[in-house]
Amino acid sequence: MSTDLSHIRNFSIIAHIDHGKSTLADRLIQMTGGLQSREMKEQVLDSMDIERERGITIKAQTVRLSYKARNGETYQLNLMDTPGHVDFAYEVSRSLAACEGSLLVVDATQGVEAQTLANVYLALGNNHEIITVLNKIDLPASEPDRIKAQIEEVIGLDTSDALAISAKTGVGVDNVLEALVERLPAPTGDIDAPLKALLVDSWYDPYLGVMILVRVHDGILKKGMKVRMMASGTTHQIEQVGVFTPKATKVDSLSPGEIGYITASIKTVADTDVGDTITDDRKPALVALAGFKPSVPVVFCSLFPSDANDFNDLRDSLAKLRLNDASFEFEQESSMALGLGFRCGFLGLLHLEIIQERLEREFDLDLITTAPSVAYKIQLNDGTEMELHNPADMPDPVRIAEISEPWIKATIMVPDEYLGSVLQLCTERRGEQIELTYAGTRAMAIYRLPLNEVVFDFYDRLKSISRGYASFDYEMDGFTPGDLAKVSILVNAEPVDALGFVCHRAQSEIRGRGVCERLKDLIPRQLFKIPIQAAIGGKVVARETISGMRKDVTAKCYGGDITRKKKLLEKQKKGKKRMRQFGKVEIPQSAFIAALKMGDDKKSKS
Amino acid sequence: MTPAALSLYVHWPFCKAKCPYCDFNSHVPTDAVDDARWRAALGAELAHFAAETEGRKLVSIFFGGGTPSLMHPETVGALIADAKRYWQADDLEVTLEANPTSAEAGKFHAFAAAGVNRLSLGIQALDDKPLKFLGREHSAKEAEAAITIAKGAFPAFSFDLIYARPGQTEESWVSEMERAFQFSPPHLSLYQLSIEPGTDFYRNDIPAAAEDPAADLFQATQERAAAAGLAAYEISNHARGGAQCRHNVAIWQGGDYAGIGPGAHGRLTSGVGTDALFQVYDPGRWLADVEKTGHGTAKRRPLDSAERRQEKIMTGLRLSAGIDADLARTLPRDVVHEMIGGGFLELDGRGLRATPRGRPLLNAVLAKLLAD
Repeated sequence: MSTDLSHIRNFSIIAHIDHGKSTLADRLIQMTGGLQSREMKEQVLDSMDIERERGITIKAQTVRLSYKARNGETYQLNLMDTPGHVDFAYEVSRSLAACEGSLLVVDATQGVEAQTLANVYLALGNNHEIITVLNKIDLPASEPDRIKAQIEEVIGLDTSDALAISAKTGVGVDNVLEALVERLPAPTGDIDAPLKALLVDSWYDPYLGVMILVRVHDGILKKGMKVRMMASGTTHQIEQVGVFTPKATKVDSLSPGEIGYITASIKTVADTDVGDTITDDRKPALVALAGFKPSVPVVFCSLFPSDANDFNDLRDSLAKLRLNDASFEFEQESSMALGLGFRCGFLGLLHLEIIQERLEREFDLDLITTAPSVAYKIQLNDGTEMELHNPADMPDPVRIAEISEPWIKATIMVPDEYLGSVLQLCTERRGEQIELTYAGTRAMAIYRLPLNEVVFDFYDRLKSISRGYASFDYEMDGFTPGDLAKVSILVNAEPVDALGFVCHRAQSEIRGRGVCERLKDLIPRQLFKIPIQAAIGGKVVARETISGMRKDVTAKCYGGDITRKKKLLEKQKKGKKRMRQFGKVEIPQSAFIAALKMGDDKKSKS
Repeated sequence: MTPAALSLYVHWPFCKAKCPYCDFNSHVPTDAVDDARWRAALGAELAHFAAETEGRKLVSIFFGGGTPSLMHPETVGALIADAKRYWQADDLEVTLEANPTSAEAGKFHAFAAAGVNRLSLGIQALDDKPLKFLGREHSAKEAEAAITIAKGAFPAFSFDLIYARPGQTEESWVSEMERAFQFSPPHLSLYQLSIEPGTDFYRNDIPAAAEDPAADLFQATQERAAAAGLAAYEISNHARGGAQCRHNVAIWQGGDYAGIGPGAHGRLTSGVGTDALFQVYDPGRWLADVEKTGHGTAKRRPLDSAERRQEKIMTGLRLSAGIDADLARTLPRDVVHEMIGGGFLELDGRGLRATPRGRPLLNAVLAKLLAD
């Protein structure tokens, strides 16, 4: 039985991490009776362990709520929970496209953060009506008036009708439900027109196969229908139609304005193009809905199994993860230092980290991760253009006409007292200031920065210089040619592929020296002294030397010592398997791993 | 053809106290040691191996421990006399390890009378403070007295010192060595302190010297000892002229030896190859086994030719004389040349040996040479 369009409201929640989005969602579900209280667990919508632990949402989730408003009428409220992180801006924008309005949740003790800002602009770009909600007013430190002023100043939203709530205690949440009905527009659509449904998202469910999240615009979606994907041209028989309450619950059909899921015996998510329009195969729509730009990996790194025997497991695990996340890419690569592994592309650093963590946690793999890098565009002298995802694939510099690197437009919000160091950091990282504004005691700096400089250790530095108070968000801002070069790291005059990197020529010495120094501490002394160099082409830009070993002989070798010494030799032989030969010297693989792990210390949470 | 040479090692596992650096098979007995039983058991095991090696020429006996100077001189004498009866032994070196406490020094003449002709004294340090740190039972004064008695009582004698003790400077070690040279010993064993698992030093996290100071101390030791006429003939052993320990040199060169007593090792060659022998480690169990079966061999394993060759190279290259050309030729040529190029080894008609630069790095050099 379909609900009249005027009794449907579709909305999403925009909030910075920890500002209470998931708690509010939980409360809304509870107050509308979506789940019995015994079924309530915290952050109902965040189903992955990582999501719940880190307090972030990765995949979009929806829930249909049934709300009896003060006017006595019952409304269908569809909540689309959206990822809050910039890496998933693409998923945010498609979730927003399926709704007519948003709740902007701001922590009344903290104020607006950079991420909130980016997502509010995305929502405004989707013509959303925005309801401002000040959360955590139960806390003594909350300053709703100051935060309201800040929202007006920074975002430019009218906050005269902002709601003050505590999602934790439930205070004011009823007003949120009422405001959704009162202030958000109802969706529009024509049930008699040919079917047009937006493919919002898709994921793999171990029991049901690929599930497709849809928003119906026109027409009706029913079980047994044969539908056609307008962009890909494929047709499928619909097996199940349902909604989330938040449990997956079968329904007979989905009508205009409604959000729900379908299943249709589709094997992998790669067969479903997010943003595609689903129509009726027998009575197709003429014009598709406006789609989305596909998401493109921007951050790359290589993953190697710590134990070479786990290579096949790693491949299978990556394939399994990709079933559910078509936005990351991987291809096999072979490294002299680290063996067989995969070069992987991600939407951003957090995305990288999440995939890495899921591999280690859900698939029990011990991984070696190389330093993250970005995609470069290389113009060769012969006029051809190539995209470089791995510094190891860098063509000979004499063949290169120009290298372009991806830039971002970054928004940084920071308390005044740390602004100086933040600006300095941006300058060091080749940043170009676009805008600097002040709102209360906080400043907002908008910079153009090379993404390369951000994946290096920007988050880390930003966090430490602002004592954790700075927030950061970015959007991609095209490719720009730069004075870039590949820095090779040579151990005993032989390049270590896994340690090579691309960077701006001006940074090559300092970054090269950093890696050389790290290796110097990690590579054990050997019989021969070992030069460690950072070089661009044939030109050495930094050099360290591991001096030769001086003494290792055992003092005593009598009777039982001979047996012991033989055992030691056997052990050394076994250890040789984990050694990599560089000319005359053998270097334990563990040294390279440690060098990479140290570079990896900068955990990038936002 | 002269019969193949044989050496005999006798292990006496008891000590008055366990030194905190020692990881040898030594025990402080809870009850008085039943000397007669031990004499009989050692004698039985000696007879057991004599039967197997009949007709060989015995070149050396070494009483090690533990503290063999705690043995009854008659026990020592009986074993020496037995050995001389079992084997051809017209030119026999008989070494006994001894501690320099006054009580033991009082027995030195009796040991000499029993047939010991070389005494190896565990002096370890020449000052009371380091002696105490090393857990020794004797004083510096007793050490000096023991050296003097040993000099008078035995045709050959040697003593041990331990250096690279925590806090020891190169300067203080050099002056300690110079004092040692004043006794004009024909032989010295100069060991760098190493911290072995299972020792008190290990449990108490006593640090071994770092590589650079250890290298400096080792080099100073080589130079000073050589200048005093006591050049190293093995990594930690120094001798004047022909005063090398024949027993140990024979073993390092790959000679056969029978080991008797708890935890003793042996190498015995027959027509089919060389066996490695291991005697029961625990003194009580060894004693019981010998009394029951006539020997305390816990394990006997044939060594394949590659393993035997590896052992000979491992111990042979510790000697300044190195290994002979035939053995050297079994090593991979490219690695040998790489090591010669690096200045770690030298090769000539007589054979292959470590250079002064290569000797302190011998473990790494051996790891390269014996990598496959």
